[in-house]
Amino acid sequence: MMFVPGNNPGMMADAHIYGPDSIMLDLEDSVTMTEKDTARLLVYNALKTIDYGDTEMVVRINPLNTPYGKKDIEAVVKAGVDVIRMPKTETAEEVREVEREIERVEKEIGCLGRTKIMAAIESTLGVVNAYDIATASPRMMGIALGAEDYCANLKAQRTKGGEELRLARETIVVAARAAGIDALDTVFSNLNDMETFRNEVEYIKSLGFDGKSIINPRQIEVVNEIFAPKEKEIEKARAIVAAIKEAEKKGSGVIALNGKMIDRPVVIRAQRTIDLAVASGILSPEEI
Amino acid sequence: MNSIKERTQDIREAANHLGKEVFTDNISKKTEQRLELQKVSPKLATLEEAIRKSGLKDGMTISFHHHFRGGDKVVNLVVDKLAEMGFKNLHLAASSLSDVHAPLIEHIRNGVITKISTSGLRGELAREISMGLMEEPVVFRSHGGRGSAIANGDLHIDVAFLGASSSDPLGNACGYSRSENPKSICGSLGYALPDAQYADKVVILTDDLVAYPNTPNSISERDVDFVVEVESVGDSSKIASGAIRDTKNPRDILLAQQAAKVIINSGYFNDGFSIQTGSGGASLAAVKFIRESMIEKGIKASYALGGITAHMVKLHEEGLIDRLIDVQSFDKVAAESLKNDPMHKEVSSCEYASADEPGSAVHYLDIVILSALEADVNFNVNVLVGSDGIIRGAIGGHPDTAADSALSIIVCPLLRGRIPCIVDEVTTLITPGSTVDVIVTEYGIAVNPRRPELAERLKAAGLRVVDIKELRDKALSIIGTPAQLPFGDKTVGIVMNRDGSVQDVIKNIAE
Repeated sequence: MMFVPGNNPGMMADAHIYGPDSIMLDLEDSVTMTEKDTARLLVYNALKTIDYGDTEMVVRINPLNTPYGKKDIEAVVKAGVDVIRMPKTETAEEVREVEREIERVEKEIGCLGRTKIMAAIESTLGVVNAYDIATASPRMMGIALGAEDYCANLKAQRTKGGEELRLARETIVVAARAAGIDALDTVFSNLNDMETFRNEVEYIKSLGFDGKSIINPRQIEVVNEIFAPKEKEIEKARAIVAAIKEAEKKGSGVIALNGKMIDRPVVIRAQRTIDLAVASGILSPEEI
Repeated sequence: MNSIKERTQDIREAANHLGKEVFTDNISKKTEQRLELQKVSPKLATLEEAIRKSGLKDGMTISFHHHFRGGDKVVNLVVDKLAEMGFKNLHLAASSLSDVHAPLIEHIRNGVITKISTSGLRGELAREISMGLMEEPVVFRSHGGRGSAIANGDLHIDVAFLGASSSDPLGNACGYSRSENPKSICGSLGYALPDAQYADKVVILTDDLVAYPNTPNSISERDVDFVVEVESVGDSSKIASGAIRDTKNPRDILLAQQAAKVIINSGYFNDGFSIQTGSGGASLAAVKFIRESMIEKGIKASYALGGITAHMVKLHEEGLIDRLIDVQSFDKVAAESLKNDPMHKEVSSCEYASADEPGSAVHYLDIVILSALEADVNFNVNVLVGSDGIIRGAIGGHPDTAADSALSIIVCPLLRGRIPCIVDEVTTLITPGSTVDVIVTEYGIAVNPRRPELAERLKAAGLRVVDIKELRDKALSIIGTPAQLPFGDKTVGIVMNRDGSVQDVIKNIAE
C-alpha cells in the first residue's frame, strides 16, 4: 500500500505505474489545515478520472471528530473508492460511526455495501481494542499499525530493530487473523537506508503480516521481492494442492506426499503461497 | 675514391641526376639546455595576433567545440575579441551551443555573426533564434553529420578556435592534463578533431600551457597553427560532475528497469555485444540493471560507445566491457579513465558516427538507449524543439546511432507535467521512425511494426507491449488535446539528415 499525498496532483496522476497493490491517497496528516478542501476535491477528481486499472484505491480520511471527516467520506464514497482508511482508530464504536456515515452516502447514490473499511491503530488503547476494532463491521477488510503516534503514546523511542513495536505488531496480526482480515505494517520513512528497510520487511513477513505500507515507489521492489514466494516454495505448494485435489476426487481427506502427511493447515498454507505467487506476477492465473 | 673530396665530382653528378643541390655545411647548432626550448615556440601568440595571422576575413567560417559544455568560455571570449577587432558577417560553426552562449545574441544583432551551424541550441540564445532573431536559418546537424560535412567539404572551416585542457607551445593538445594544477578538464576532444584535421587554420586556446611534449595528445601539433594561453577556457564546476550520479526519481528508475528488460530480452544481449547509452537519469540507471544481468548471465560487452560516463568506466574496470570508445566524456571519472587507460580510446565525431566513414563505430553498434522530447505514432523522434515551439535541445548522435544500431530504444515518459510526449506528429523531425525500434514509456512499451520479431520476443518475456496509438490516446485522455503552436512563416532552422540532405525546417514561433 503506497501512501500518496492527496494534495499532489503529479504524484496522484502516475502513482499506479509503479505497480503497488494498493494506493492510499491521503487527506489526513500529509495535508495542512488550509488545504483540506482542495485536497478533497483533487482526490475526488483523481478517483473519478484517472484509470488506476486493477490497483485497489484507498483514501485516508480525517477523523470524524474534525470538521473534515464527514465531508471526506461523502466525497470519496461518491467517487467510488474501494476502501476508506480510518486514522488513529481506538474503539469499535468509531468504526461503526464511519460505517453509518458510509451507509448514508451509499444509500443516497444507490450502491449499498460497496465501500470497505480499514482501520489504522496508532495508540495503546487501539492495540488493546484491536480485535474489537477488527470485528466491528462486516466492511472491515484490514487493520494497520501506525508506529509514530503509537510510540509517542507508549512513551517509547523508535529503534532500528523495532523492539518497542513488538507487542503492537503481534497483537495486530493475531487480531486480524482471528477476524479473518488483513494485517498491514507501518511505514518505514528513511529512504536512504534500504538495508534496514529490507530487514524490517523480512521481519514483519515472518510475524505473519500481509503487507507493508510504503511512502515511495522505490520501496515497492523490496516488498514484492520479500513477499513473493520462492520458486521451490511454489513448486511444493502446487504439488500439495494437486495432490489434495486428486485425493478429494478419490474421496480421501488425508493424503501423503513424499512420505509426509498432508493435513488441512498445510493445504491452507500451500494455497496462500499460490495466491501470493499470482499476486506477485510470478504465476499467471491460468497456470494454477 | 676513399675520401669525400675524391668523390666531389660524383656527388655533383648524383645531385644533377636527382635535380637537387649539393650540400653546403652552414649548420649552426643550438646549444641551449633543451628544457628551455620546450617552453617556447613560434606558434605562441596572443588571441589578437593569432586571429590576425590566421588570415580570417569578414564572411568566413569559424568553428568551436562544446566539450566544456555549460562551463565554456572559449566561444564568448573569441567572438568578443572578433567583434572588438571589427569583424562582420561571420559564420559560427560550433559542434553545439548552450545557455552560456547568450552573449552571442548581441553579436548577432550587431552583424558580427550572421550564420550559425550547430547540433543544438539552448537557453536565451535558442529562444531569440526561435523567435526570428537571425535572417539566415541556423543549420542543425547530428554529430556524425557534422563530421561528414567537414570531411567532404559541405562545411568548410576557415579558422577553428579549439579550447584545450592542456597544450604545449607547439599545439599538442588534449582534454585532460598531466600538470600539477589542471584547471578545466573535459576528457575526450572528439568533436574538435575533425575541425583540427580539416580547418585551414587551427588556433588552440589553453589555460594550462605545459612544456613539450604534451603526449599522449588528442590534437597533434601538425594540425595546429597558433597556441594562445588564456586565463580560463571553462568553468570547471560546470564542465563535468565529479562522481557517479544515481537518479532517485522513481519514474526514471521505472523507465530504466523497463529499458533494461527490453535489452535483456531483445535477442541482442549476447556475449560480445556493444552498447551506447545517454547521460540522462534513466539511461544511467539502465546501465546499473544491465550490469546486474551481465554478471548473473556471464555476458561481457565488446565495447561501450559515445558519451562515456562513470557508470561505463566502472563496468569496464570490472571486466564487463572490454573497450570504451569515447567521443565525449560526461564526467571527471570518464575523463580520468581516458587519460590513464589505453583501452579507453578517444575518437573523432567522424570515427564515432559518420555515415560514410567505413570505420565509424556506430556501424558496429548493437544497442543504443536514447531519450526524446517527443515521439509520434510513426516512431519519429524530436530531440530539438520543445512542445512550445522553442528550440531547447541538441540533435547530438541521436539519428546517427538510431540509424546504424541493430536495436534503438527510446526512453520517454508519456507525460512531462501537462505535456504529452507521445503525439500524432512530432514538432520537428530529427530521427526518422524507420530507424527507431522500441519506445519505452511508464505506461507500456511500443515496438515499431517493422520489427514484429522483436515485439514477439518482448511479449514472450512478459513485458507490456502496447500499440503506440494506445499510448498517444492514453496521454490525450489524461491531458486533453493541446492547442496548436503559433508558428510563423519565417524559417529559423534547417535540420540536415546525416547524409547531407535537408530533412525538416523549423519555423519561427510567436511569443
